[in-house]
Amino acid sequence: MAVQAVTQQKLALTGNEAVAMAMKQINPDVVAAYPITPQTDIVQYFSTFVADGKVKTEFVTVESEHSAMSACVGSCAAGARTMTATSSQGLALMWEMLYIAAGFRLPIVMPVVNRALSAPINIHCDHSDSMGARDSGWIQLYSENAQEAYDNTIQAVRIAEHADVRLPVMVCQDGFVISHSLMNLEVLPDEAVASFVGEFAPRYPLLDAEHPVTYGALALQDSYFEARRQIADAMSRAPAVILEVGKEYGRLSGREYGFFEAHRLEDAEVAVVAIGSAAGSAKAVADSLRGQGIKAGVLKVRVFRPWPWREIGDALGSARVVGVMDRADGLSNLGGPLFGDIRSALYDRTRRPLVVDYIYGLGGRDVSLEDIEGVFRDLLRIKDEGRVTEPVTYLGVRE
Amino acid sequence: MPSLKELSRQPELLTGGHRLCAGCGAPIVVRQALKALDVPLVAANATGCLEVATAIYPYTAWRCSWIHSAFENAAATISGVEAAYRSLKRQGKVPGEFRFVAFGGDGGTFDIGFQSLSGAAERGHRFVYVCYDNEAYMNTGIQRSSATPLGAETTTTPAGEVIPGKRGHRKDLTAIMAAHDIPYVAQVSPSHWNDLVTKMKKAFDAEGPAFINAIAPCPRGWRHDGSLTIEVTRVAVETCYWPLYEVDHGKWRLTYKPRQKKPVEEWLKMQGRFRHLFRPENRHLIDEIQAHVDRKWEELLRRCGEI
Repeated sequence: MAVQAVTQQKLALTGNEAVAMAMKQINPDVVAAYPITPQTDIVQYFSTFVADGKVKTEFVTVESEHSAMSACVGSCAAGARTMTATSSQGLALMWEMLYIAAGFRLPIVMPVVNRALSAPINIHCDHSDSMGARDSGWIQLYSENAQEAYDNTIQAVRIAEHADVRLPVMVCQDGFVISHSLMNLEVLPDEAVASFVGEFAPRYPLLDAEHPVTYGALALQDSYFEARRQIADAMSRAPAVILEVGKEYGRLSGREYGFFEAHRLEDAEVAVVAIGSAAGSAKAVADSLRGQGIKAGVLKVRVFRPWPWREIGDALGSARVVGVMDRADGLSNLGGPLFGDIRSALYDRTRRPLVVDYIYGLGGRDVSLEDIEGVFRDLLRIKDEGRVTEPVTYLGVRE
Repeated sequence: MPSLKELSRQPELLTGGHRLCAGCGAPIVVRQALKALDVPLVAANATGCLEVATAIYPYTAWRCSWIHSAFENAAATISGVEAAYRSLKRQGKVPGEFRFVAFGGDGGTFDIGFQSLSGAAERGHRFVYVCYDNEAYMNTGIQRSSATPLGAETTTTPAGEVIPGKRGHRKDLTAIMAAHDIPYVAQVSPSHWNDLVTKMKKAFDAEGPAFINAIAPCPRGWRHDGSLTIEVTRVAVETCYWPLYEVDHGKWRLTYKPRQKKPVEEWLKMQGRFRHLFRPENRHLIDEIQAHVDRKWEELLRRCGEI
């Protein structure tokens, strides 16, 4: 399909406003959602679109996040394009239903505004919520800023609904850091989004009187494994679709998306891997270190599930030392979830970098440019020493 | 109201060949309930005996679209289906009418699914929720629920040397659902099929949520012969343990009044789960159950303007 670049509007929006705007332009058939800080704005903005008749959406004001995802499962299985949004405890309460949404192969799109998990209770950003859901069968896209949150939300619909994929997608952005910060961003015209996402083509909808269908049958030892394997197959087909959609979106908006952003990695000796808003700070620090003759680079992860391990291995393989920044702790005595996946992506390479982990920013603890520069300095020291003595460091915590 | 003969000739939405036990009350309730329907249906099912025994891949006993997602969310799931229907209908994307029903056992309705049921009822979705109430968690092997009556033996309320079965009376969920002020609430028994089918028809015709509580014996859990299932429900009605009534747009109405109210003992003695109550040291529990039945019956008669 020939996609023409369109003229875009420049608007100052918060991350939540940007996502609500994307949802309005996607104009889903059904939204079932429950408010939770810091996602609440999305639900509120969307409610005004519904109240003012700006969308065709049936908005189900459920009594919990568990019911939000349950209603989304029912709605999407019925044949409706369906969205929700949540954060933190809300995502935790949805847990059971996340697996069922993926198991039913329902292309639900869910913005997640990342927030720490209790206890202690905390409303600020870290990635514990969505990182814990990494094995649920949902595709996960992460955003560095409001522009990316907007762009990812629109692309998520196409990725989720693609015939080769048919899996739900989480579009993650950092709570408060992105969700409540204003950014000047470019917004596509409504018609361009409508035509990009197209009409929803339901498969096996419940609302087909001529062809009744069954969702949620009991699958025993003779069939459960195959059903789960098919989800893995769908996930293995997702990377090609993500790239195809990212390219097409690039032709439309001028902003092309891949699995990750490789920032000055070609000849980097020390590299930092980060997700979300911290990646922006890391790029600024790398640029400044480059000015001092230090070969620093950054890999910003956009697609965490499916895990583009080959490409990430290629991008990081020539570095000497890689510092992974995890905004979630695995509490395993071996760092966070990103660390494990990065090391695993590099393991089979004949020449592989040393890899260390930095747990940072839990519960919204600020991460400064100095903190990240400290990480790069640490990586340079490890490069000189040629070995790792401490694989996991807690960054900016009072010990 | 069609005759029983006519009803028996209508196509079944739940076919035979499912794997529920002989004498199970649940499929009898479902078959009678769906006799009231003449438009396409989407059914949601909470996890439980009915779900697990009627749709074992690659088979299904359902002749309608059917969705089971989890235990505690049949009402939330069907509310999503109904919302999709309203949205797509408005956009002209779904031709024809549909009706929506959710089935859950008492565990999935009184206990773990109560929040989602209450929420869906308050939101006003047009759906019928049918609880097949067998008064315990039968699917996992007869554990007590908040629908288990006083004194009943279950595997988590065994009749022990110190504690004689379930402590406390069951939750009056039908009244709680009536307190939601939804268009239609009723209590039914498969022994009174005419009453059941009539109420289901009203429930499907209601322009909003409807709740039906159906007594549905579990021969294994209640410990009676499977051939006596309908008789057990009839005696439950005749003893006023299980009164048949409806709350139609807030108006309480008794739909069946036994000519002579039988002692609850007659119902208890049909079931092995109450056997220990007939020992001399536990007789006071039978008196307590009778007193509870009497009080609830009086309350109901008053609410229905019968006294």
